[in-house]
Amino acid sequence: MTASVPTPATVPAQAHATAALSLGDDALVLSHRLGEWAGHAPVLEEEVALANIALDLLGQARVLLSLVGDEDELAYLREERAFRNVQLVEQPNGDFAHTIARQLYFSVYQQLLYEQLAADAGSPFAPIAAKAVKEVAYHRDHAEHWTLRLGDGTPESHSRMQRALDALWRFTGELFEPVEGLSVDRDALRDGWLTTVTDAIRRATLTLPDGPQIGAWTAGAGRQGIHTEPFGRMLAEMQHLHRSHPGATW
Amino acid sequence: MVTTPEGATVSRLEEELLALAGSVPDPELPVLTLAELGVVRGLRITDSGRVEVELTPTYTGCPAIEAMSADIERVLNEQGQAEVTVRTVLSPPWSTDDITAEGRRKLEEFGIAPPGPTGAKGPVMVGLAIRCPHCGSTDTTLLSRFSSTACKALRRCEACREPFDHFKEL
Repeated sequence: MTASVPTPATVPAQAHATAALSLGDDALVLSHRLGEWAGHAPVLEEEVALANIALDLLGQARVLLSLVGDEDELAYLREERAFRNVQLVEQPNGDFAHTIARQLYFSVYQQLLYEQLAADAGSPFAPIAAKAVKEVAYHRDHAEHWTLRLGDGTPESHSRMQRALDALWRFTGELFEPVEGLSVDRDALRDGWLTTVTDAIRRATLTLPDGPQIGAWTAGAGRQGIHTEPFGRMLAEMQHLHRSHPGATW
Repeated sequence: MVTTPEGATVSRLEEELLALAGSVPDPELPVLTLAELGVVRGLRITDSGRVEVELTPTYTGCPAIEAMSADIERVLNEQGQAEVTVRTVLSPPWSTDDITAEGRRKLEEFGIAPPGPTGAKGPVMVGLAIRCPHCGSTDTTLLSRFSSTACKALRRCEACREPFDHFKEL
């Protein structure tokens, strides 16, 4: 990561810094998870697609984190408890269906959120949201088509896709928790998300999970720096090179 | 001196340097210049004589932006401009509609189906037929939504059976 990240017009207030960290960490962590598929995706086209989606998210993360401070320090030198991402994005890739379920839940949320932020001319996030929302539209399209293909595919792919949707469902409630410094219509966000996700799941001949959308001990926890166990291992891998060789370049 | 619609005056030197910056080839699609891609937003010379160029990325995470900045600095340095700053701007967001007609022609000639108009419904929902850049048939099928770069999709022509890249609408 080097010089040419856009410079913010103004230094954001503390509340905006929290919001920028939240959105930036969502993008950074999901980008890293998707990058883990490199060399392991089921087909070459998917390897390329997931890497491209990861790259889009990394670009968003760089702009958002740069609003707060030095992007490299924030990405590589913070401890687990300082990350503000939702727990959904840190969940392990699982099988391909888990990755697609995570993509479906998150990209629909991110698209609706960015649409709102882009329309709010007073928001410091409007320029980045207006740009990123167009990229996210393709991420969502990708996730929806794979949900259809797996759900309406073989009995094996159908059951795996259903299992993945069920497993990640309890991490979706956190998407609609308030974020400090982020002014959004959360009811509209939740309603829009549920409508879109329900429609995609129905068309894929799958069943909308009916359990709670929030775990008993985890309500809104990622945004407060409390993360699930796999996140620590992910961070260790993501940060170890930078921590072992501070300031190294190539 | 000429006056822009915003009322600012642009010197002849600024015009010349802008044209020069715009003539830099895109690092990933060298058939296109940055002006044809529509990513050079403006150029001005400050009172202290520094040249400031505004550049916008195609995609937020496009890694080519750093090579573009370096290339612009280099050509302007070679032209005798010692102090050059390339600033990245996001707003208004770049769109494939910013690619010039000549840029589209060159893309097609290069074997990449150019993007259609983005329209009001957003980037993904454009349903227009995409023409094979090799044989011109519109009987083409989407193979993958993301190709060698995020800005392209991979398609196959059902008439000539050749695969080809399509520059996606954004």
